[in-house]
Amino acid sequence: MSYLVQQLINGLQLGSVYALIALGYTMVYGIVRLINFAHGDIFMIGAYVGYFALTRYNIPFPLVFPLAMLVCAFLGITIEKLAYKPLRNAPRINLLITAMGVSLFLEYFTSLKFIFGPNFLAYPRPFSVVNISLGGAVINSVTILVFLIVFFLLLVLEIIVYRTKIGIAMRAVSYDKETSSLMGINVNNIISFTFGLGSALAAVGGILYGIAYPQIHPFMGIMPGLKAFVAAVLGGIGIIKGAVVGALIMGVLEVLTSAYISSTWRDAIAFSLLIIFLIFKPTGIFGKEETEKV
Amino acid sequence: MKKVYPFLFLALIYLILKALFLTNFLNPYLQQIILYIGIIIIWALGLNLIYGFSGQFSLGQAAFYGIGAYAGAILTKLFPNSIPIIPISLLTSVFISGLIALLIGIPVLRLRSDYLAIATLGFSIIAKVLFDNGDAFLTQLGGSRGMLGIPKYTNLEITYLFLISVIILMRNLVSSKYGRALLALKDDEITAGVMGINTFWYKTFAFALGSSFAGLAGWLYAHLYTFLHPANFEFLKSIDCLLIVILGGMGSITGTILAAIVWVLLIEGLRVLLPPDLVEWRFILYPLLLIVMMIRRPQGIMGKKR
Repeated sequence: MSYLVQQLINGLQLGSVYALIALGYTMVYGIVRLINFAHGDIFMIGAYVGYFALTRYNIPFPLVFPLAMLVCAFLGITIEKLAYKPLRNAPRINLLITAMGVSLFLEYFTSLKFIFGPNFLAYPRPFSVVNISLGGAVINSVTILVFLIVFFLLLVLEIIVYRTKIGIAMRAVSYDKETSSLMGINVNNIISFTFGLGSALAAVGGILYGIAYPQIHPFMGIMPGLKAFVAAVLGGIGIIKGAVVGALIMGVLEVLTSAYISSTWRDAIAFSLLIIFLIFKPTGIFGKEETEKV
Repeated sequence: MKKVYPFLFLALIYLILKALFLTNFLNPYLQQIILYIGIIIIWALGLNLIYGFSGQFSLGQAAFYGIGAYAGAILTKLFPNSIPIIPISLLTSVFISGLIALLIGIPVLRLRSDYLAIATLGFSIIAKVLFDNGDAFLTQLGGSRGMLGIPKYTNLEITYLFLISVIILMRNLVSSKYGRALLALKDDEITAGVMGINTFWYKTFAFALGSSFAGLAGWLYAHLYTFLHPANFEFLKSIDCLLIVILGGMGSITGTILAAIVWVLLIEGLRVLLPPDLVEWRFILYPLLLIVMMIRRPQGIMGKKR
């Protein structure tokens, strides 16, 4: 029993990190209808920014987060301006292919020796790990930090999206781009803001992932990125609450598969779930049915 | 009389290649590259049928390549030194990949463009996990350590014969009723349906046929290199295939052939030509090419020309 509780805690920890990535996917999809494959690589770059800030420049731990968020937000906005904006009126598949190109570019470019290098790096732990016993299960300080930061960011995001003017504009653009531009919303700025916001969240996800699973390399973003996307689909793409719920489900499912079946099968389970959802309920848990318009 | 010339031309190419192979003018490495080009053309033509002609964006091409490779290789490995197993394993490769594509395609092809991409991507990852764990079912499959000891059956004749057959099949298909229906489907699925085309049936047909081309290419690959590793069939390889189709031009047969030749020569050539400290840079070239093509020339180098 305590083993199961322990695995559930581990699963929720992984799911919380996935949630931070999934939010960026879902917001960007909601606004430009693009599966931003490069998002997983922004997560990776966030982890590396944190790594270099901690090891090479000895920046105090709390300041590492805003720094990585700024760097990644800037990167996300730049990618959108350079690669995606010229294709805004092109077929959606062309945009998708471009996103895959950007993703591969970031992976191979950062694995060059003078950037991050192709090797695995051991992530530093900026604080000592304390174990707290909960009955039979153990919760450590890393897990608590992950939960606290993710909860705080979700709260901030909730306020931004539902309580501020720019949040109203974001929702308006995702609902109808043309009409909202007629209403005086600067659609380009809103799109940039969304990319920046999503990338900043992914950066935090990257640092937390590095601290929790202390190994990073330039291709580390592919699988968490894809799984976070699966999570976004699971919850209903474009829906913020759905991304979080989907991510927690994915995290728990993945950890339970590793614990009770075999870690070599966890990817197969995750993506089988994706295919089952796409076939039977492509709109996801919280999604509404939408008929295709001519 | 006019119909004779293409055949003479094809025979001439064969004779030239055969002469180059027999006289050892090309060393074994270059011979392998030539056969590999033929395999890549078959593989990419399969995706061109699915995506270029019919507009169904599949990221599963590498998985079907792998399925064909493993299905054929396990038969020839289990029954070595037997001639009838060659055609049997070849047919198995083609049918298994086509059949699995059919089974996957029937539910998945109902999805819209980018959801289809994600579903086929998911399928690729599942297939990779299965290749990695193949030794749990049958030790000869090798699993994540790779599969050794496949007999070398792929030669110039087999590759050339199948390449020509696939090209002729594609060419005739495009100008047939089926090809017209597929083109209509790509341009506008809803209108095509309104015009009385059974869009779902045609999509599934194109997906299964294109995937069985990948299976054929997989068989040839397995029996050329005699070694298989799951990493050769991960979903990133599907993007390589996609790059060839896009470079050559969507729905252009000659474009795909040219792009496949250029792509293989570029990869192999740059590996030899670039100084060691710059070799890694070639991996940056492909994604950049993909991005620039999408922004500047999405119709491909050859454009609308067939």
